[in-house]
Amino acid sequence: MVRGLLWLLAAILLGGIVHLSTVLAMPQAANQDAYSRLAPLTPVNTMAPLTATQAGGEIMPFMDPAFAAAVCRYDLSGGPLKLTAPVSQAYTSVTFYTRRSVAFYAVNDRAAGRRMIELDLMTAAQHAQVPEDEEVTAADRLIIESPTTMGLIVLRALAPEPSLMRMARQALGAATCRIQSQ
Amino acid sequence: MRLLFGSCFTLLIAAALGLGATWFTLTRGVAFGALTIGAWKAWPKSGSADIDPYARAMVARTGELPTGMGDGIAFYARTDDNGHVFDGRCTFTLRGLTPTARYWTVTLYTPEGRLVPNSINRYGFTSEEIVRDNDGRFGITVAPLARPGNWLPTGGIEQFVLVWRLYDTAIGVATRTAKEGPMPAIERKGC
Repeated sequence: MVRGLLWLLAAILLGGIVHLSTVLAMPQAANQDAYSRLAPLTPVNTMAPLTATQAGGEIMPFMDPAFAAAVCRYDLSGGPLKLTAPVSQAYTSVTFYTRRSVAFYAVNDRAAGRRMIELDLMTAAQHAQVPEDEEVTAADRLIIESPTTMGLIVLRALAPEPSLMRMARQALGAATCRIQSQ
Repeated sequence: MRLLFGSCFTLLIAAALGLGATWFTLTRGVAFGALTIGAWKAWPKSGSADIDPYARAMVARTGELPTGMGDGIAFYARTDDNGHVFDGRCTFTLRGLTPTARYWTVTLYTPEGRLVPNSINRYGFTSEEIVRDNDGRFGITVAPLARPGNWLPTGGIEQFVLVWRLYDTAIGVATRTAKEGPMPAIERKGC
């Protein structure tokens, strides 16, 4: 009887370990995450517009159909990345995701403060190499540190009414992301 | 013999318990730190580097990209205020006010996050296109058949989810009560 209870206790403990390790391993094991879905559709280190979110044409679940979106799938192994995006009339935002879909930074047009959103994305090691005086003189230069070498930058522009979708898409069409030559 | 039987039994139970718990939590949407206002639930930390392991696993499994914290916040509702699960064959009304935000959108999805096809290509509303009363309040009717005013078609599907997204808003991790964030009331009107 006691022995049976001990076996059961061991089973519960082991079950807890199995549960926690599978939850923690899931992001690494998932092959249908956002990055994997976008990889065949988008080039690396180039801004690519996504098709409009319509019934039957969704690339990812729970996308907001009121927004036009563009994606820059980045790989910082060749150097830091520079992102420029003109703000659209209504609302524009930029969200940075790691390779495992963690939104580590997001900013909107008002917080960015100008007619143009300009950001530098780099790894911690690349940030450490930026000369200090350069950072001071370029005070308006916004540097974002990416925790992973690869990831996604998603640009979103709101079309407050369906008729304004074309304008939102146009604004995103002028956005660029490219590796800075050092 | 007894040892062999015992360890086999233990391993079997452990695998069933562990994998069952993982499956359960990831399909039912268990995540910590939910901000609940009426029937609406949001997970502000899921839009930041502080996302908890359960939400991370869920996002990886479904393939979605969570709304970033500096962008806005997404509230999910699967039932009305009285706990009736959203059924696309019934009529639900949304009425009231929203927290202060520069823009908001409300969208109807299948439980898997897909849009529902309909004859007028209406998947949701934005704060700019909604028709309001004189006092700034608004009502949305979520129903399978056309209604006057702000009609959001369900397509008659068995179950749906509503997502209310607030963009450029102060609502987030620091929000504690419904006083700061009045979300629209949801009521079932009939089936």
